[in-house]
Amino acid sequence: MSSSVVTKPSAAPPAPPPGRAERSLVSRVLARPEVGALAAAIVIFAFFYAIAPPFRTLPALATVLYASSTIGIVAVGVALLMIGGEFDLSAGVTVTTTALASAMICYQFSLNMWVGVVVSLLIALVIGFVNGYLVVRTGIPSFLITLSTFFILQGVNLGVTKLVTGTVATPNTSNLDGFDQARAIFASDVPLGFMTVKVTVLWWLVFVAVGTWLLLRTRTGNWITASGGNAASARAVGVPVRRVKIGLFMGVSFLAWFLGMHLLFNFSTVQAGLGVGNEFIYIIAAVVGGALLTGGYGSAVGSALGAFIFGMTTQGIVYAGWDPNWFRTFLGVMLLLAVMVNLYIKNYAAQRR
Amino acid sequence: MTDTLAEHAARDLKAGTPLVEMDGCGKSYGAIRALEGINLTVNAGEVACVLGDNGAGKSTLIKIISGLHPHTEGTVKVDGKEVHFGSPRESLDHGIATVYQDLAVVPLMEVWRNFFLGSEIRKGSYPLAPLDIKAMREIADAELQKMGIVVKDINQPIGTLSGGQRQCVAIARAVYFGARVLILDEPTAALGVKQSGVVLKYTAAARDAGLGVVFITHNPHHAYLVGDHFIILKLGRRVLDKKRSEVTLEELTTEMAGGQELAALSHELER
Ligand SMILES: Nc1ncnc2c1ncn2[C@@H]1O[C@H](COP(=O)(O)OP(=O)(O)O)[C@@H](O)[C@H]1O
Ligand SMILES: [Mg+2]
Repeated sequence: MSSSVVTKPSAAPPAPPPGRAERSLVSRVLARPEVGALAAAIVIFAFFYAIAPPFRTLPALATVLYASSTIGIVAVGVALLMIGGEFDLSAGVTVTTTALASAMICYQFSLNMWVGVVVSLLIALVIGFVNGYLVVRTGIPSFLITLSTFFILQGVNLGVTKLVTGTVATPNTSNLDGFDQARAIFASDVPLGFMTVKVTVLWWLVFVAVGTWLLLRTRTGNWITASGGNAASARAVGVPVRRVKIGLFMGVSFLAWFLGMHLLFNFSTVQAGLGVGNEFIYIIAAVVGGALLTGGYGSAVGSALGAFIFGMTTQGIVYAGWDPNWFRTFLGVMLLLAVMVNLYIKNYAAQRR
Repeated sequence: MTDTLAEHAARDLKAGTPLVEMDGCGKSYGAIRALEGINLTVNAGEVACVLGDNGAGKSTLIKIISGLHPHTEGTVKVDGKEVHFGSPRESLDHGIATVYQDLAVVPLMEVWRNFFLGSEIRKGSYPLAPLDIKAMREIADAELQKMGIVVKDINQPIGTLSGGQRQCVAIARAVYFGARVLILDEPTAALGVKQSGVVLKYTAAARDAGLGVVFITHNPHHAYLVGDHFIILKLGRRVLDKKRSEVTLEELTTEMAGGQELAALSHELER
């Protein structure tokens, strides 16, 4: 479909273009969205490594990676969505919705857990689709649309759980058919020889790799960046901006579902109030990783670094023996620094040279 | 730069054949009637200039042809067949390419990604087939060099180029993808004298290669340098519609400056 107009572009030009001034290595590296986050991750790692001896062990690293993965999995989708120029404030509660739906459906009807896994996936995709459809259809900022979905789902999570179980948590599902099988996929421990990690860490790396490949190596990635960078221009050259945005919202809710399944199969029971506030952590991970709030710029690897910084800090504060209440303050400072560094980098990248 | 054009311009173009014909065309945005009763024919190998003050409806006129907004009155024919474009893709598929005044490029994307945006080369046609990045870089680089656009690095964000260069990249892209009708919305409005010259030369080259060109401007001097046919819009209506042989630069300038109204104004302000 590349060029369905009359004349097809002829074969590649005969003579290779003469060499040009390559931009310097420094300017090329600084043009990457994730440099700021990489520098920050190294500094924070060195910091906790120096002051908190328990932080230096491999089991501690496994714990840090696990904490990072539970944020990073959804953050990949959120980063891509932000590059596509939109927000999702409902991602945190969607995680809980899928876990609750899956647990309650299977428990009430004594079904195989896999039925719950599939049904909750469909629920997640519908949530993502509705978010995206409303945003592209009405033109209302996604901030407001997904803020509404956030409240709606938060209420539904608590209300339906109370109606069905009489409490604010689901019953234990670990005796249902298929539980162990699903647990192996979503929540097992994987021995790597030198250390044992939660399987979510590996899934996280897979999603980051897929996200990076999608963004940099496929047409879809080009369209995502263009839709966020300048939706009107993108549409004018034939990019299906609406479809791209709806797809991005569905991608976020798919990853939220994945994390929801992890929580369900890791803990066997789900608290209905879980997940509120995490939507901001995902956004912070994406922004710390170099995503611009205005869209069109960012990276999947950056979101992973952002999530890793989050994981190191939550655990590092504990290992250092500090009062964990300071954690949010730290998060706020990180966000502020990240936004300022990113602004500087973006201006540097977009400078006339 | 004419090589590129000759190389990529559609071969079925014969100068003088009508490519786009608008008849009694109009467009309302809700209660606002932005355009009415427009007749415009774009012939192969000719430049049709649409002139008018800000808010006259020039952008609205071309957004109809390029599929950004469908028309609400009259008919539009492409190659003699009536069309009603619902999206820019449909218009592009008819070989109509538009370079918008405000939305030519995505500033933070690399030059080569901008060049191929919406028409990417892939290493297969299955969904998620990888891009052929090497080929796209080479082609974009070569095409721009042929046009005399010197970019330091094809991988730099296009926002780092000057306004004129960005405009030229957008035009080069349209031509490379085999446009038969090229629509330029105020391509010289934000440019300096020298850069305007480059864009005008390129416009003339596109015409000579047989493309039908719609050139939008509020500068009668620029229009007269390349135009074969002139239409002046005022508040959404046509106030002048003449061939080059029927009109002088002075007439265009006077009409653009307000014509009769200007005479009345000068009378009023007389000291
Ligand atoms: N999307 C829109 N919605 C409502 N009115 C519009 C829209 N686009 C243009 N108009 C109105 O249509 C008229 C013509 O605008 P436009 O075609 O952009 O003029 P020009 O390009 O000649 O400056 C103006 O009065 C403008 O306010
Ligand atoms: Mg305009």
